[in-house]
Amino acid sequence: MMSVRIVLAAGLMASLAVTVYADDRSDAKAQVEFGISVAQAGLWQEATYRWERAVDIDPSYAAAWNNLGIAYEHEGLFKKALEAYEKALDLEPRNLMIQENYDLFREINDRLDQDAG
Amino acid sequence: MTGLTKTLGSVGLLLFVCACTNNLYEVPIETPLQPKLDVSAFQRVLIAGFVTGGTNDVDANLETARLLRSQLRTESRLDVIDSEVIDLFTVAEDESAASRDAPEVESTEKTTRPNADELDQEEEKTLSEEELEAYEHIFANVSYWRQLGEEHQSPLIVTGTVYFTPHQRSGMVTREREIYDDFGRRQVVPIRAYRDRRGYVLSPKFIFIDGRTGVTLYTERYREEVLYDVSQNTPALSSYFELMDRLLPSFLGALSDQSIRGTRMLLK
Repeated sequence: MMSVRIVLAAGLMASLAVTVYADDRSDAKAQVEFGISVAQAGLWQEATYRWERAVDIDPSYAAAWNNLGIAYEHEGLFKKALEAYEKALDLEPRNLMIQENYDLFREINDRLDQDAG
Repeated sequence: MTGLTKTLGSVGLLLFVCACTNNLYEVPIETPLQPKLDVSAFQRVLIAGFVTGGTNDVDANLETARLLRSQLRTESRLDVIDSEVIDLFTVAEDESAASRDAPEVESTEKTTRPNADELDQEEEKTLSEEELEAYEHIFANVSYWRQLGEEHQSPLIVTGTVYFTPHQRSGMVTREREIYDDFGRRQVVPIRAYRDRRGYVLSPKFIFIDGRTGVTLYTERYREEVLYDVSQNTPALSSYFELMDRLLPSFLGALSDQSIRGTRMLLK
Protein backbone atom coordinates (compact mmCIF):
# COMPACT_ATOMS: atom_id res chain seq x y z
CA MET A 1 0.00 0.00 0.00
CA MET A 2 2.85 2.28 1.01
CA SER A 3 4.70 1.60 -2.19
CA VAL A 4 1.60 2.38 -4.26
CA ARG A 5 1.38 5.77 -2.53
CA ILE A 6 5.02 6.47 -3.24
CA VAL A 7 4.57 5.57 -6.88
CA LEU A 8 1.47 7.77 -7.13
CA ALA A 9 3.25 10.67 -5.43
CA ALA A 10 6.24 10.33 -7.72
CA GLY A 11 3.93 10.19 -10.74
CA LEU A 12 2.11 13.31 -9.58
CA MET A 13 5.39 15.14 -8.98
CA ALA A 14 6.66 14.12 -12.40
CA SER A 15 3.48 15.22 -14.16
CA LEU A 16 3.61 18.54 -12.27
CA ALA A 17 7.21 19.02 -13.32
CA VAL A 18 6.30 18.26 -16.92
CA THR A 19 3.40 20.71 -16.74
CA VAL A 20 5.61 23.44 -15.26
CA TYR A 21 8.28 22.74 -17.89
CA ALA A 22 5.67 22.78 -20.65
CA ASP A 23 4.31 26.07 -19.34
CA ASP A 24 7.83 27.54 -19.15
CA ARG A 25 8.63 26.36 -22.64
CA SER A 26 5.39 27.72 -24.07
CA ASP A 27 5.92 31.09 -22.32
CA ALA A 28 9.49 31.19 -23.61
CA LYS A 29 8.35 30.16 -27.06
CA ALA A 30 5.86 33.02 -27.14
CA GLN A 31 8.70 35.43 -26.31
CA VAL A 32 10.92 33.89 -28.99
CA GLU A 33 8.20 34.12 -31.63
CA PHE A 34 7.45 37.72 -30.78
CA GLY A 35 11.20 38.45 -30.87
CA ILE A 36 11.45 36.96 -34.35
CA SER A 37 8.59 39.08 -35.67
CA VAL A 38 10.09 42.31 -34.29
CA ALA A 39 13.60 41.39 -35.48
CA GLN A 40 12.21 40.89 -38.97
CA ALA A 41 10.82 44.42 -38.71
CA GLY A 42 14.30 45.65 -37.75
CA LEU A 43 13.46 46.28 -34.07
CA TRP A 44 16.52 44.50 -32.71
CA GLN A 45 16.50 46.02 -29.23
CA GLU A 46 12.97 44.80 -28.62
CA ALA A 47 13.93 41.42 -30.04
CA THR A 48 16.93 41.24 -27.71
CA TYR A 49 14.69 42.00 -24.73
CA ARG A 50 12.25 39.26 -25.75
CA TRP A 51 14.94 36.62 -26.19
CA GLU A 52 16.59 37.60 -22.92
CA ARG A 53 13.23 37.02 -21.25
CA ALA A 54 12.89 33.70 -23.06
CA VAL A 55 16.19 32.38 -21.71
CA ASP A 56 15.32 33.68 -18.24
CA ILE A 57 12.09 31.69 -18.33
CA ASP A 58 13.65 28.61 -19.91
CA PRO A 59 17.48 28.53 -19.80
CA SER A 60 17.51 25.22 -21.71
CA TYR A 61 15.92 26.73 -24.82
CA ALA A 62 18.70 26.51 -27.43
CA ALA A 63 16.83 28.44 -30.15
CA ALA A 64 16.39 31.40 -27.81
CA TRP A 65 20.14 31.42 -27.03
CA ASN A 66 20.89 31.20 -30.75
CA ASN A 67 18.64 34.17 -31.52
CA LEU A 68 20.14 36.10 -28.65
CA GLY A 69 23.61 35.43 -30.09
CA ILE A 70 22.47 36.88 -33.41
CA ALA A 71 20.95 39.93 -31.71
CA TYR A 72 24.11 40.62 -29.69
CA GLU A 73 26.22 40.19 -32.81
CA HIS A 74 24.00 42.68 -34.62
CA GLU A 75 24.52 45.15 -31.75
CA GLY A 76 28.29 44.65 -31.85
CA LEU A 77 28.34 42.97 -28.41
CA PHE A 78 30.80 40.26 -29.42
CA LYS A 79 31.60 38.81 -26.00
CA LYS A 80 27.93 38.36 -25.13
CA ALA A 81 27.24 36.97 -28.60
CA LEU A 82 29.99 34.38 -28.20
CA GLU A 83 28.60 33.28 -24.84
CA ALA A 84 25.06 33.03 -26.22
CA TYR A 85 26.09 31.01 -29.28
CA GLU A 86 28.22 28.68 -27.15
CA LYS A 87 25.35 28.17 -24.73
CA ALA A 88 23.05 27.32 -27.68
CA LEU A 89 25.59 24.82 -29.01
CA ASP A 90 26.08 23.27 -25.56
CA LEU A 91 22.36 22.64 -25.43
CA GLU A 92 22.05 21.39 -29.01
CA PRO A 93 25.48 20.36 -30.28
CA ARG A 94 24.07 18.72 -33.40
CA ASN A 95 21.94 21.64 -34.56
CA LEU A 96 23.46 22.57 -37.93
CA MET A 97 21.75 25.96 -38.09
CA ILE A 98 23.21 27.05 -34.76
CA GLN A 99 26.59 25.68 -35.85
CA GLU A 100 26.43 27.67 -39.09
CA ASN A 101 25.50 30.91 -37.29
CA TYR A 102 28.30 30.28 -34.82
CA ASP A 103 30.86 29.60 -37.57
CA LEU A 104 29.94 32.80 -39.41
CA PHE A 105 30.20 34.76 -36.19
CA ARG A 106 33.56 33.19 -35.28
CA GLU A 107 34.95 34.16 -38.67
CA ILE A 108 34.37 37.83 -37.86
CA ASN A 109 35.25 37.56 -34.20
CA ASP A 110 38.54 35.75 -34.83
CA ARG A 111 39.56 38.33 -37.42
CA LEU A 112 38.94 41.11 -34.89
CA ASP A 113 40.96 39.29 -32.25
CA GLN A 114 43.78 38.87 -34.77
CA ASP A 115 43.72 42.60 -35.60
CA ALA A 116 43.71 43.49 -31.92
CA GLY A 117 46.60 41.12 -31.25
CA MET B 1 -0.55 -0.15 -51.93
CA THR B 2 2.99 0.74 -52.91
CA GLY B 3 1.70 3.85 -54.68
CA LEU B 4 -0.26 4.87 -51.61
CA THR B 5 2.78 4.34 -49.40
CA LYS B 6 4.90 6.46 -51.70
CA THR B 7 2.29 9.23 -51.77
CA LEU B 8 1.99 9.17 -48.01
CA GLY B 9 5.77 9.20 -47.73
CA SER B 10 6.00 12.22 -50.02
CA VAL B 11 3.29 14.07 -48.11
CA GLY B 12 5.05 13.22 -44.86
CA LEU B 13 8.34 14.48 -46.19
CA LEU B 14 6.69 17.65 -47.44
CA LEU B 15 5.07 18.23 -44.06
CA PHE B 16 8.41 17.62 -42.34
CA VAL B 17 10.18 20.10 -44.63
CA CYS B 18 7.39 22.65 -44.07
CA ALA B 19 7.63 22.12 -40.32
CA CYS B 20 11.40 22.65 -40.44
CA THR B 21 11.12 25.68 -42.68
CA ASN B 22 8.46 27.18 -40.44
CA ASN B 23 10.94 27.15 -37.61
CA LEU B 24 13.69 28.93 -39.57
CA TYR B 25 13.80 32.60 -40.39
CA GLU B 26 16.66 34.00 -42.40
CA VAL B 27 17.42 37.58 -41.39
CA PRO B 28 19.93 40.02 -42.82
CA ILE B 29 22.27 41.39 -40.18
CA GLU B 30 24.91 44.07 -40.20
CA THR B 31 27.69 43.37 -37.74
CA PRO B 32 29.20 46.70 -36.65
CA LEU B 33 32.95 46.90 -36.20
CA GLN B 34 34.35 49.55 -33.88
CA PRO B 35 37.32 51.53 -35.17
CA LYS B 36 40.60 50.29 -33.72
CA LEU B 37 41.61 53.85 -32.98
CA ASP B 38 39.53 56.43 -31.11
CA VAL B 39 39.48 59.38 -33.50
CA SER B 40 36.65 61.29 -31.82
CA ALA B 41 39.07 64.07 -30.82
CA PHE B 42 39.94 64.83 -34.45
CA GLN B 43 38.01 66.70 -37.10
CA ARG B 44 40.60 66.40 -39.82
CA VAL B 45 43.06 63.87 -41.17
CA LEU B 46 46.30 64.57 -42.98
CA ILE B 47 47.83 61.86 -45.13
CA ALA B 48 51.31 63.35 -44.90
CA GLY B 49 53.47 61.06 -47.02
CA PHE B 50 55.50 57.88 -46.80
CA VAL B 51 59.09 56.75 -46.83
CA THR B 52 59.17 54.25 -49.67
CA GLY B 53 61.43 51.44 -50.82
CA GLY B 54 61.52 48.78 -53.50
CA THR B 55 60.83 49.36 -57.16
CA ASN B 56 60.81 52.77 -58.83
CA ASP B 57 58.16 51.61 -61.31
CA VAL B 58 55.49 53.03 -59.00
CA ASP B 59 55.72 56.26 -57.03
CA ALA B 60 54.50 54.53 -53.90
CA ASN B 61 54.58 57.73 -51.85
CA LEU B 62 52.29 59.66 -54.18
CA GLU B 63 50.03 56.73 -55.08
CA THR B 64 49.55 55.64 -51.47
CA ALA B 65 48.76 59.17 -50.31
CA ARG B 66 46.32 59.67 -53.19
CA LEU B 67 44.58 56.35 -52.67
CA LEU B 68 44.21 56.73 -48.89
CA ARG B 69 42.90 60.27 -49.25
CA SER B 70 40.25 59.25 -51.76
CA GLN B 71 39.19 56.29 -49.60
CA LEU B 72 38.96 58.36 -46.43
CA ARG B 73 36.90 61.01 -48.22
CA THR B 74 34.14 58.48 -48.79
CA GLU B 75 34.59 56.12 -45.84
CA SER B 76 35.39 58.39 -42.91
CA ARG B 77 33.68 61.31 -41.18
CA LEU B 78 37.03 63.12 -40.95
CA ASP B 79 37.79 65.98 -43.32
CA VAL B 80 40.68 65.00 -45.52
CA ILE B 81 43.28 67.74 -45.84
CA ASP B 82 44.38 68.42 -49.40
CA SER B 83 48.01 69.34 -49.27
CA GLU B 84 51.19 68.50 -51.09
CA VAL B 85 52.45 65.00 -50.35
CA ILE B 86 55.61 65.34 -48.24
CA ASP B 87 58.84 63.78 -49.50
CA LEU B 88 59.58 62.15 -46.16
CA PHE B 89 62.66 60.45 -47.50
CA THR B 90 64.35 63.86 -47.89
CA VAL B 91 63.03 65.00 -44.51
CA ALA B 92 64.48 61.88 -42.89
CA GLU B 93 67.81 62.38 -44.68
CA ASP B 94 68.00 66.01 -43.54
CA GLU B 95 67.26 64.92 -40.04
CA SER B 96 69.96 62.26 -40.24
CA ALA B 97 72.46 64.84 -41.46
CA ALA B 98 71.48 67.22 -38.65
CA SER B 99 71.81 64.50 -36.04
CA ARG B 100 75.27 63.58 -37.36
CA ASP B 101 76.36 67.15 -36.64
CA ALA B 102 75.41 66.58 -33.05
CA PRO B 103 78.32 64.55 -31.59
CA GLU B 104 76.39 62.84 -28.79
CA VAL B 105 73.87 61.33 -31.20
CA GLU B 106 76.52 60.36 -33.75
CA SER B 107 78.02 57.60 -31.70
CA THR B 108 74.76 55.73 -31.19
CA GLU B 109 73.11 56.07 -34.57
CA LYS B 110 75.87 56.10 -37.14
CA THR B 111 76.04 52.37 -37.42
CA THR B 112 72.39 51.89 -38.28
CA ARG B 113 71.85 54.57 -40.92
CA PRO B 114 73.39 55.04 -44.34
CA ASN B 115 75.49 58.20 -44.33
CA ALA B 116 74.95 61.13 -46.70
CA ASP B 117 77.87 60.23 -49.01
CA GLU B 118 76.59 56.73 -49.45
CA LEU B 119 73.16 58.08 -50.20
CA ASP B 120 74.48 60.50 -52.82
CA GLN B 121 76.34 57.70 -54.57
CA GLU B 122 73.32 55.46 -54.47
CA GLU B 123 70.77 58.07 -55.41
CA GLU B 124 69.16 55.89 -58.02
CA LYS B 125 69.39 52.73 -55.97
CA THR B 126 66.17 51.65 -54.34
CA LEU B 127 65.95 50.88 -50.65
CA SER B 128 65.57 47.37 -49.34
CA GLU B 129 63.12 46.61 -46.56
CA GLU B 130 65.93 46.59 -43.99
CA GLU B 131 67.36 49.88 -45.26
CA LEU B 132 63.91 51.40 -45.03
CA GLU B 133 63.85 50.73 -41.31
CA ALA B 134 66.86 52.99 -40.88
CA TYR B 135 64.65 55.94 -41.81
CA GLU B 136 61.94 55.17 -39.29
CA HIS B 137 63.50 57.54 -36.75
CA ILE B 138 61.55 60.32 -38.51
CA PHE B 139 58.32 58.96 -37.02
CA ALA B 140 59.66 59.39 -33.52
CA ASN B 141 60.48 63.06 -34.09
CA VAL B 142 57.68 64.47 -31.95
CA SER B 143 58.55 68.14 -32.61
CA TYR B 144 58.44 67.63 -36.40
CA TRP B 145 54.96 66.10 -36.32
CA ARG B 146 53.67 68.58 -33.75
CA GLN B 147 54.82 71.43 -35.97
CA LEU B 148 53.21 69.83 -39.00
CA GLY B 149 50.04 69.40 -36.93
CA GLU B 150 50.05 73.07 -35.97
CA GLU B 151 50.27 74.02 -39.64
CA HIS B 152 47.12 72.01 -40.38
CA GLN B 153 44.97 72.73 -37.30
CA SER B 154 45.95 69.67 -35.28
CA PRO B 155 44.70 66.84 -37.44
CA LEU B 156 45.24 63.11 -37.13
CA ILE B 157 48.36 62.48 -39.21
CA VAL B 158 48.79 59.30 -41.22
CA THR B 159 52.27 58.42 -42.38
CA GLY B 160 54.60 55.41 -42.45
CA THR B 161 56.67 53.33 -44.82
CA VAL B 162 55.68 51.53 -48.02
CA TYR B 163 57.82 48.79 -49.50
CA PHE B 164 56.76 47.59 -52.94
CA THR B 165 59.03 45.30 -54.87
CA PRO B 166 59.03 42.69 -57.65
CA HIS B 167 59.01 39.15 -56.43
CA GLN B 168 59.66 35.81 -58.06
CA ARG B 169 58.90 32.31 -56.90
CA SER B 170 59.14 28.91 -58.50
CA GLY B 171 57.51 25.74 -57.33
CA MET B 172 54.73 23.25 -57.73
CA VAL B 173 51.36 24.76 -58.53
CA THR B 174 47.99 23.00 -58.67
CA ARG B 175 45.88 23.93 -61.66
CA GLU B 176 42.58 22.62 -62.97
CA ARG B 177 42.60 21.11 -66.42
CA GLU B 178 39.75 20.07 -68.65
CA ILE B 179 39.93 16.61 -70.15
CA TYR B 180 37.49 14.63 -72.29
CA ASP B 181 37.14 10.88 -71.97
CA ASP B 182 36.46 8.38 -74.79
CA PHE B 183 32.75 9.18 -74.65
CA GLY B 184 33.41 12.90 -75.01
CA ARG B 185 32.46 13.66 -71.42
CA ARG B 186 34.13 16.71 -69.92
CA GLN B 187 36.03 16.35 -66.69
CA VAL B 188 38.03 18.83 -64.65
CA VAL B 189 41.06 17.32 -62.96
CA PRO B 190 43.72 18.94 -60.77
CA ILE B 191 47.17 18.92 -62.34
CA ARG B 192 50.32 19.71 -60.42
CA ALA B 193 53.07 21.35 -62.40
CA TYR B 194 56.33 23.18 -61.77
CA ARG B 195 55.97 26.88 -62.61
CA ASP B 196 58.00 30.03 -62.53
CA ARG B 197 55.86 32.86 -61.25
CA ARG B 198 56.49 36.55 -60.92
CA GLY B 199 54.66 39.21 -59.04
CA TYR B 200 54.99 41.84 -56.37
CA VAL B 201 55.18 42.20 -52.61
CA LEU B 202 53.58 45.15 -50.86
CA SER B 203 54.57 45.75 -47.27
CA PRO B 204 53.24 48.99 -45.83
CA LYS B 205 53.47 50.20 -42.27
CA PHE B 206 50.88 52.84 -41.41
CA ILE B 207 51.62 55.12 -38.50
CA PHE B 208 48.89 57.27 -36.94
CA ILE B 209 50.21 60.38 -35.18
CA ASP B 210 48.37 62.85 -32.96
CA GLY B 211 48.85 66.22 -34.69
CA ARG B 212 48.38 68.05 -31.38
CA THR B 213 51.25 66.35 -29.59
CA GLY B 214 53.30 64.69 -32.33
CA VAL B 215 53.06 61.38 -30.52
CA THR B 216 52.43 58.08 -32.34
CA LEU B 217 48.99 56.73 -31.43
CA TYR B 218 48.84 53.52 -33.36
CA THR B 219 50.81 51.49 -35.89
CA GLU B 220 49.66 48.86 -38.35
CA ARG B 221 51.83 46.66 -40.52
CA TYR B 222 50.70 44.56 -43.47
CA ARG B 223 52.28 42.24 -45.99
CA GLU B 224 50.57 41.13 -49.18
CA GLU B 225 51.93 39.42 -52.25
CA VAL B 226 50.63 38.49 -55.66
CA LEU B 227 52.14 36.07 -58.17
CA TYR B 228 51.32 35.64 -61.83
CA ASP B 229 52.39 33.18 -64.47
CA VAL B 230 55.62 34.30 -66.17
CA SER B 231 53.78 34.63 -69.47
CA GLN B 232 51.42 37.17 -67.91
CA ASN B 233 52.73 40.70 -68.17
CA THR B 234 51.02 42.65 -65.39
CA PRO B 235 52.02 46.30 -64.95
CA ALA B 236 53.47 47.24 -61.57
CA LEU B 237 50.78 49.86 -60.96
CA SER B 238 47.99 47.30 -61.47
CA SER B 239 49.61 44.96 -58.98
CA TYR B 240 50.10 47.81 -56.54
CA PHE B 241 46.36 48.62 -56.63
CA GLU B 242 45.42 44.95 -56.46
CA LEU B 243 47.46 44.55 -53.29
CA MET B 244 46.32 47.82 -51.73
CA ASP B 245 42.74 46.80 -52.40
CA ARG B 246 43.23 43.77 -50.14
CA LEU B 247 44.43 45.73 -47.15
CA LEU B 248 42.27 48.85 -47.45
CA PRO B 249 39.32 47.48 -45.41
CA SER B 250 41.65 46.83 -42.50
CA PHE B 251 43.27 50.26 -42.83
CA LEU B 252 39.85 51.93 -42.90
CA GLY B 253 38.79 49.83 -39.94
CA ALA B 254 41.42 51.62 -37.88
CA LEU B 255 39.72 54.98 -38.38
CA SER B 256 36.07 54.53 -39.15
CA ASP B 257 33.08 52.40 -38.28
CA GLN B 258 32.80 49.48 -40.61
CA SER B 259 30.14 46.84 -40.86
CA ILE B 260 29.97 43.36 -42.29
CA ARG B 261 26.73 42.36 -43.93
CA GLY B 262 25.50 38.80 -43.79
CA THR B 263 22.55 36.63 -42.94
CA ARG B 264 21.78 34.44 -39.95
CA MET B 265 19.10 31.91 -39.12
CA LEU B 266 16.65 32.74 -36.34
CA LEU B 267 15.09 29.67 -34.78
CA LYS B 268 11.72 29.14 -33.14
